[in-house]
Amino acid sequence: MAKFKKKRTNSGSTGINTASLPDIVFMLLFFFMVATTMREVTLKVKNNTPAASEVEKLTKKSLVQYIYIGSPIKQLESEYGTAPRIQLNDAFKTKDDVILFVNTVREDMPESQKGKMIISIKADRDVKMGIITDVKQELRKANALKLNYSTKKKDANDKGDF
Amino acid sequence: MARKSRALPEINAGSMADIAFLLLIFFLVTTTMDSDTGIAIKLPPMETEDTPPPNIKQRNVLEVLVNSNNQLLVEGEVTRVNQLRDITKRFITNDGRDPNMSDNPEKAVVSLKNDRGTNYITYISVQNELKAAYREVRDEYAQRKYGRTYDQLNDQQLEEVKDHFPQKISEAEPENIEGN
Repeated sequence: MAKFKKKRTNSGSTGINTASLPDIVFMLLFFFMVATTMREVTLKVKNNTPAASEVEKLTKKSLVQYIYIGSPIKQLESEYGTAPRIQLNDAFKTKDDVILFVNTVREDMPESQKGKMIISIKADRDVKMGIITDVKQELRKANALKLNYSTKKKDANDKGDF
Repeated sequence: MARKSRALPEINAGSMADIAFLLLIFFLVTTTMDSDTGIAIKLPPMETEDTPPPNIKQRNVLEVLVNSNNQLLVEGEVTRVNQLRDITKRFITNDGRDPNMSDNPEKAVVSLKNDRGTNYITYISVQNELKAAYREVRDEYAQRKYGRTYDQLNDQQLEEVKDHFPQKISEAEPENIEGN
């Protein structure tokens, strides 16, 4: 009996060895640091992009600038209404600000990459083409001709529902 | 002597895990995982007054029109979006057989026109079908010529296929089609 008692007291005080816990957590940390990207803006517009099959991946994040288009989110509806708006960086803007926006971000780019700038239009699926056509015309005026309609990926054989 | 007897002081690493967890949670919250995908297009440069309109034969143009009720008109005929891919493919690969369709793939142009009232989602699905048509045509050509799919070709072959089937999707200058 005495033997048993002694063993029990010993094992009770040891506990689990947590020395490798930091390593595990650091591993997770590095994984997330590499695999994810920083959220660059807070969205003020609804942004449910349509789905398409013929998509290309935007690999070089540094070349991409985003223009968000959609109706204001629920919390801002009382203030801004429900008409679709253009969001550049963190603020609502009008189409007249697009040229300035493009020129400003192009200024900040290294000389060698200025021609490679891609504008990604992240528009909500419920907006009409009017506002998008306006933005496209402004982009042409600003000579930012590489455009990308941001869409989700879907299966190629799904030919649409109408 | 006194030095030797003193044990090497160990840094207490007990809180390391806490610090790492804190950082981990910070990155979990502030970052997003989604990779961006989208349909890439190239806008034409702004037209100046003195550019002459391009001289393209009527048969080489496939007119695609989407009105404000999201109805699709291809060459004047009401069409459904799911038929557009086949029509476009037939138009591109016509090679002069049908007198109403393109002379050859190099000359074929798809002209897309939409109304200000068209839904964005409709426009995207039309764009998608046009792109899909070109992709399938290129794929079939690559399969015939090199026995490989379009994605598996090397750069030189890719250029060759692209030259043979240039993707000419032209978007008309915006104007109000139905006056709204």
